[in-house]
Amino acid sequence: MLKRFLLPLAVVAMLLAVWWIAVEYTKSVIFPTPLQVVRATIQLVQDGTLWDHIGASLFRVAAGFLLAVVVGVPLGLLMGWVEGAFATFNPIVQMLRPISPIAWIPIAILWFGVGDVSPIFLIFLASLFPLIVQTTVGVHTIDREYLRAAENFGVSRYKLFRQVVIPAVLPQVIVGMRVSLGVAWLVVVAAEMIALRSGLGYLIIDSRNAGNRYDLVVAAMVIIGLTGLLLDGFMRGLERLKSVQWRYAR
Amino acid sequence: MRAKIVVEGVRKSYRTENGPLEVVGGIDLSVGDGEFVAIVGPSGCGKTTLLSIMAGLDRADQGHVTIDGKIHNGPSPKGILISQRGSVFPWLTVQQNLMFGLNGEHSHNQAVADHYAALVGLKGFERGYAHELSGGMLKRVELARALAVKPEILYMDEPLSALDALTSLRMRVELRRILAEERHTCLLITHDVEEAIHMADRVIVLSARPATIQAAFDVPFTHPRDLSHPALVTLKASILREFGL
Repeated sequence: MLKRFLLPLAVVAMLLAVWWIAVEYTKSVIFPTPLQVVRATIQLVQDGTLWDHIGASLFRVAAGFLLAVVVGVPLGLLMGWVEGAFATFNPIVQMLRPISPIAWIPIAILWFGVGDVSPIFLIFLASLFPLIVQTTVGVHTIDREYLRAAENFGVSRYKLFRQVVIPAVLPQVIVGMRVSLGVAWLVVVAAEMIALRSGLGYLIIDSRNAGNRYDLVVAAMVIIGLTGLLLDGFMRGLERLKSVQWRYAR
Repeated sequence: MRAKIVVEGVRKSYRTENGPLEVVGGIDLSVGDGEFVAIVGPSGCGKTTLLSIMAGLDRADQGHVTIDGKIHNGPSPKGILISQRGSVFPWLTVQQNLMFGLNGEHSHNQAVADHYAALVGLKGFERGYAHELSGGMLKRVELARALAVKPEILYMDEPLSALDALTSLRMRVELRRILAEERHTCLLITHDVEEAIHMADRVIVLSARPATIQAAFDVPFTHPRDLSHPALVTLKASILREFGL
């Protein structure tokens, strides 16, 4: 109880206190106090725009992320299992991987305009590479003992994949999904800052442009952080599945 | 007794940084149908490699292995290897592990799995996962999974070495009881001479690397065996003498 809730809450409370004291002490007129941020959040809840912004961002993340799972996991499995596929695709994957999704923004706008497709494309790109890499590593690190046993029992290729390779890789895929989703959430905000009319990233830029509403800026930042925490919590829930627990120490 | 497995002139080397390392140095061995042969030898002498070759999971550089008179050069469910490190799939339940090698209908497979789970004393643990079981129970899963496919040959690579003395002894007794019910040809690798004498019809002593057959001892006693019987004590002493002890 103490470790799970009290200590993390104490850290948050201390940061809030430092923030509040610093704002009062410097008598800043632009930077908001925590109370002003809370009031701004309540205002966003009351006029109903908060849920629209969160919903828009979540939709883009979900679309881009799921697309990346659909493409990245099978590609990772292929690259891990077939040596030729690894030799073929790994160089291009490693070349594209370090390019920040932010660098793709101009190209995304050129190709897809300023609708929902651009941020979805950027999120797809950002989520794709961690998934490919983790899945490939997962296949490469399957204990040979398991493959030998499967070979010994003479099972079909289909059964080998369904009952050995995929479950053996699943824990690594879940790690990849956690990393990917974190990156996706990071990128959606950046992508929305550029062009769109909705989303949490848009809210931040719009609030700043529309009369230095830094209370709204910080409110949006806090909401981004909290949503990220919830998303990660959801992904960690997957790690509690009985069939993947063998891989995690705790 | 008809020969089930014939090993002829099998040699195997591994490439290392310091040139080839010969692990198996010319083995000729014949195992009868239904016979239980234990192979003992100093650690690192190539026992595991020899067993892998016999099971078709590794290739010999020279010589060959025939089973029922046919050259054997790949793994098959006719002979199941129980490896030293264990290979119970941790992502499957005990029951799913036991059903892994079965090809019949689902309900039939389930019945077979439950039968073998009960046979090795795992009743009530069918829905458990590997990380919820003790080392001794994992070995039982491994054994039951092998038995479930009704293999003609069981290749066992130090299956009991990781267990505590009491569990190991209990497993020996149970294994003999099961073998009395289901007649398998068995090969057992062990570093425990007592275990070999307790279980096997014949004990083969391998030399240090590269492994060759140094001596062979028949163990012509009925089961259950009393290890304190003078004849078995004498036999144990003669085998240990082969190791210079």
